[in-house]
Amino acid sequence: MNILVLMRMVPDVVEELEIAPDGKGLDTEYLRMIVNESDDHALEQALILKERRGGKVTVLALDAPDVDDVLFSAVAKGADRVLKIEGGDGGLTTRAAAGVFAKVIDSQSDLKSVDVVLTGVQAIDDLDALVAPILSRRLGLPYLGIVTKVTLDESGKAVTAVREFSAGVRGEFEVPLPAVLGIQAAEKPPRYVPVAKVRAAMKSHKIESVGAPTTADAGLPLIEVMRMRKPEVSSHAQMLDGAPEEISKKLAGIFTERGLL
Amino acid sequence: MTDAQATTCPSSHREMTLETLADFPEGREVLTCIQCGMCAGTCPYGDVMDYPPRRIISMMRAGMLEKVFSSDSLLACVACYACMAKCPRGIQLTEVLLPLVKEQVFARLPELPAELHKALGNTLRYGNPMAESAKKRAAWVKTADVPIRILPEDPRPVDVLWFVECQNSYYPRGQDISRATARLFHRLGIDFAILGNEEKCAGECARLLGETGLFDTLMDYNMAVFQNYQFNRIVTSGAHAYDAFKYQYSAVGFKYPMEHTTPFFARYLEPLRPLLTRKLNYKVTYHDSCCLGRHNGFYEEPRDLLRAIPGVKLVEMPHNRISAICCGGGGGGMWLDTYYKAKGYERLSERRVKEAVTTGADVLAVSCPYEVSRFEDALKVMGHDKKMVVRDVTELLAEAMEV
Repeated sequence: MNILVLMRMVPDVVEELEIAPDGKGLDTEYLRMIVNESDDHALEQALILKERRGGKVTVLALDAPDVDDVLFSAVAKGADRVLKIEGGDGGLTTRAAAGVFAKVIDSQSDLKSVDVVLTGVQAIDDLDALVAPILSRRLGLPYLGIVTKVTLDESGKAVTAVREFSAGVRGEFEVPLPAVLGIQAAEKPPRYVPVAKVRAAMKSHKIESVGAPTTADAGLPLIEVMRMRKPEVSSHAQMLDGAPEEISKKLAGIFTERGLL
Repeated sequence: MTDAQATTCPSSHREMTLETLADFPEGREVLTCIQCGMCAGTCPYGDVMDYPPRRIISMMRAGMLEKVFSSDSLLACVACYACMAKCPRGIQLTEVLLPLVKEQVFARLPELPAELHKALGNTLRYGNPMAESAKKRAAWVKTADVPIRILPEDPRPVDVLWFVECQNSYYPRGQDISRATARLFHRLGIDFAILGNEEKCAGECARLLGETGLFDTLMDYNMAVFQNYQFNRIVTSGAHAYDAFKYQYSAVGFKYPMEHTTPFFARYLEPLRPLLTRKLNYKVTYHDSCCLGRHNGFYEEPRDLLRAIPGVKLVEMPHNRISAICCGGGGGGMWLDTYYKAKGYERLSERRVKEAVTTGADVLAVSCPYEVSRFEDALKVMGHDKKMVVRDVTELLAEAMEV
């Protein structure tokens, strides 16, 4: 089974995010990038599939600071081939990122011929979970998202994927291959890879480079960010003091006053 | 560095492997094991471990180490040096044999316990296991009541480079210890500075857990940072950092005179004494940290400091000095509590506070940053948190300096 995993770097929210002086994006000076968490799960699911039925895992990532570490980690974990898309515009919106991935996959026959494309269903800069659906549309492949388990059918021509719904409901779907799957979580947490193995991967493997198409080439309707800002504090919480009885009286008073009781 | 320190440095762990043990003096010692089982008997988790050191050596002789490698039994090793301290052949079990075996165990673990996985990943990424911002490592400095120089901001040469370590930089109770330590330096008139946000975890736990690559990365990083500044000596609050610098960093060129805060302040006992003006009417029992006590023999220094505090009455736990029971935080144990619980093991910090409470002391004094959170948690779990508080020796000294 030939599996393609798409990975993107997103802002690391352990560090404080600052708005750039132009007020239209994040200040890259303070920004640190980290791999999108659900993309890491997509890689794990791909490795599980490979371990079960054999095959090849290829990872394709958009260039970003620290992406090399992520790709070498992927090799250390068991990925066979890693590529990064270089020379793009950077700071891509969801649609643009999906468009660049689609264009690159479309232009490389060995990527285009994979059996399944796995990527994270969501990212902190893509809460609408749109990268994978847009990509699948552009590639003309079926798409299933919010996937938490993938099993290759006996025939090898379809996968059975478990999709999560709200209220703990799960659905099992048969997805004909090739297809694009948006992974919410792998069957087990992404594996730890010892640092020594990553260092060894840096020596034994090369990251292949693929040129990025221009946004115009990727045929993208562009969305312009007009203004980005931090949440503004509008009012403060009121703290109630006193014994539990007094507090409950005050609380009831406030509720009544506001017409909630 | 004193001569004593220089002679205790073993060969670099980067060179020795299980295959080449016999090529190194401390490796050859391992082969002299008489299979007495003292190690398993003294190990705090010896009763639950499939392969305590005696069995590991026996399996090694039988050419069956692969069995040891594929068991997760050694995750119960909290690197407390009890086996090594009691070994009648003087084999450096915790220092030499166990890290080599654990490295193989670690590489073969099918899945890391979740908390440990996160702690290691965080340490690589942020330089601390708690996933705190590396840019906020020195944020606590603003809350100190004495001036603290941060070298990257003011790189003039300094006498003491104070290596604060993770717990005491980020953990709120650890920051209490840092504020107390800063006050001690200040009142003693010592010229000191910290590395601020350039400091990263010294990495000792990673090595003793078997994540050698992570340790090497941190060691290379910190060594490079040290070289950017001029200072006479290093003093660290981390008992584990002390060990890392003394036994591992030394093998890659770390030559600075270096001390842990507790023995360091003990050497300043005479100038310190007149500053300890406030009477603290505490009954105190001291918990010997594994690194400072068993591994390095600093048994009397913390006790001398505690006795110097007016009003302090020092009482001993039945297990003290070489026989002290580990808090369970070493060798990765800090992040394995859930795993131990799932396995049904007793939490060592709980075993220890049960004993501490029987002394009737109202303060449990410690010298290692891990112990504060571990014992405070254990006291709460055991319902003893009204009877006893945990204080670092530096905190008690600083309290006694208050007017």
